[in-house]
Amino acid sequence: MREITYTEAIREALSEAMREDESVFIMGEDIGVYGGAFGVTRGMLEEFGPERIRLTPISESAIAGAAVGAAITGMRPVFELQFSDFITIALDQIVNQAAKIHYMYGGNVTIPLVMRTPGGSGTGAAAQHSQSLENWTAHIPGLIVIQPSTAYDAKGLLHSAIANNNPVMFYEHKLCYRTKGDVPEGKYFIPIGVADIKRSGKDISVIATSYMVHKALEAAEILAKEGIDIEIVDPRTLVPLDKKTIIDSVKKTGRALVVTEAVKRSGFSSELAAVISEEESFDYLDHPIVRLAGAETPIPYEPNLEKLAVPQVNDIVEACRKIMAAK
Amino acid sequence: MSERIPNKAHLDDAALIEAFSKMWIIRQFEEKVDYFFAKGMIHGTTHLCVGEEAAAVGSGAVLRKSDWMAATHRGHGQTIAKGTDINKMMAELFGKTSGTNKGKGGSMHIAEIETGNLGANGVVGGGYPIAVGAALTARLKKTDQVCLCHAGDGSTNEGSFHESLNMASIWNLPVIFFIENNQYGMSGPIKEMAKVKDLSIRGVSYGMPSITIDGNNLIEVINATYDAVERARKGEGPTLIEAKTYRWKGHSKSDAKKYRTREEEEMWRSQRDPIANFRKQLIEAGILTDAQADEIQVKATQAIEAAVAFAEAGEKPTADQLFVDVYAD
Repeated sequence: MREITYTEAIREALSEAMREDESVFIMGEDIGVYGGAFGVTRGMLEEFGPERIRLTPISESAIAGAAVGAAITGMRPVFELQFSDFITIALDQIVNQAAKIHYMYGGNVTIPLVMRTPGGSGTGAAAQHSQSLENWTAHIPGLIVIQPSTAYDAKGLLHSAIANNNPVMFYEHKLCYRTKGDVPEGKYFIPIGVADIKRSGKDISVIATSYMVHKALEAAEILAKEGIDIEIVDPRTLVPLDKKTIIDSVKKTGRALVVTEAVKRSGFSSELAAVISEEESFDYLDHPIVRLAGAETPIPYEPNLEKLAVPQVNDIVEACRKIMAAK
Repeated sequence: MSERIPNKAHLDDAALIEAFSKMWIIRQFEEKVDYFFAKGMIHGTTHLCVGEEAAAVGSGAVLRKSDWMAATHRGHGQTIAKGTDINKMMAELFGKTSGTNKGKGGSMHIAEIETGNLGANGVVGGGYPIAVGAALTARLKKTDQVCLCHAGDGSTNEGSFHESLNMASIWNLPVIFFIENNQYGMSGPIKEMAKVKDLSIRGVSYGMPSITIDGNNLIEVINATYDAVERARKGEGPTLIEAKTYRWKGHSKSDAKKYRTREEEEMWRSQRDPIANFRKQLIEAGILTDAQADEIQVKATQAIEAAVAFAEAGEKPTADQLFVDVYAD
């Protein structure tokens, strides 16, 4: 199998879907000649032309809403929100319209759209371009929420997202874009709602999302040398959540560490901890659930402060050591 | 023109009688809903469009069944004008599974995709980008469908209005932005909430033909909408129509109407009633006699009674319906 980047994997999924289905098209700011702020759609204008690689004005509400209208009337739009922080401007169309229309209309219409958007910090873009707000959409019934961490997952999940008949929020991570992985050529689907064990282990279940999966994998190498064998569970989709895989892992290890980049308070880490504690996994816990998550601050600009605002490899290592030390 | 009442859409006598009848159906529908709300037989809230019937019917009369229409929260009239089944609409208000939305939507969300009704919208300005999206579908699928986007005066102060007009304009999309200016956004008088005298001025800044018309004059509404629809079908892009009108009732069921005078209300009712004025026009043109006009009103009342009977006969959703249709298969 060949190795390609997360960015290339997403572009492949988009291109394959567009070649196969005329109703799939893309809208977004700077996605044409520029190729998108992070280069995801680079070269696609040349292949598909400006009708289907549709450059939009800077109008997030109209972009999201036009996707809703196009979806209701028979298209399968994918729109790129340049930074996930800008969802603030598009939220009415996502929360009040896209998420609710299927239900509110008695199931008489479907809304097959995908919002692709990069979240996360680590690029020095500061407080308005670095947040992890995926939990906002995970809270809304009617939306599907996906957070792929690897190139392989990104391609397979994006194919599933485009083929899905619901509004899908597809959260990419800026630091994932340059990561590489083995990715099959051609179309394949990763089912929505199935978690993935990124590393098997027996001591602690580390449930990590998005870029935190990579940090957890690094931490695992360090911990392995100390005889601590962590299992890394990547939920991959937040809604629907594969509770069973998480619960089974915790039942096996008896310890749970939840790691997300999003702010701890009322973030998705709270949901993950709640699931572990209200299900049968609770009876297997040998240690209280530990959460590592974003500091309750805006993301600062200065690089050292920025790093302090989100969990780092060393934080994961330390947390695991502490859990294992508490006998 | 050969029609006895000349109009750009060349609607013949039968079509104009049909429009007159639809205006009565809308008014009787709304009066009946008002009555049921007052009696506590329908719950929630509702926004009635009595007094605004010509705007809904005149614009809807120019559309084809295959065209799309996005309605507002005050959308019963717009919805009826597009051809949505009034039996199913009434059943929806009664919260029955036989309703347009199986009882899940209520007054503010009535939709019927098979007649091109993309749905009413509970969010002021929420329908603008959705209408743009429908028009984008027509463009990408290369059909000649158009989308009539209903909106109210208050919504022209929302960001979605400005974003959507601009987007439709730069892409030359087949949308007709139809602003029913009924003078008040709930209690806020538009003359205090916007500095421009005519809201159509706002369309000009987005590079689209924009016109202000008497929204209570059915023929004027038909003519303006016809021009806009023709432009849209030819791929010449969107148009903004501001139709000045007035809502006779309050904003919703709990409105003491302290923000306007009884004299103002009386003037609109007595002098600018769109139905009474069009009736006069039909009779003067020799299209209807007084007796025939009366009969149309009676038939409208009967149609609404039948809708109520249909609604009453329907079933309430069972508890298991709560989780049905949150997600599509």
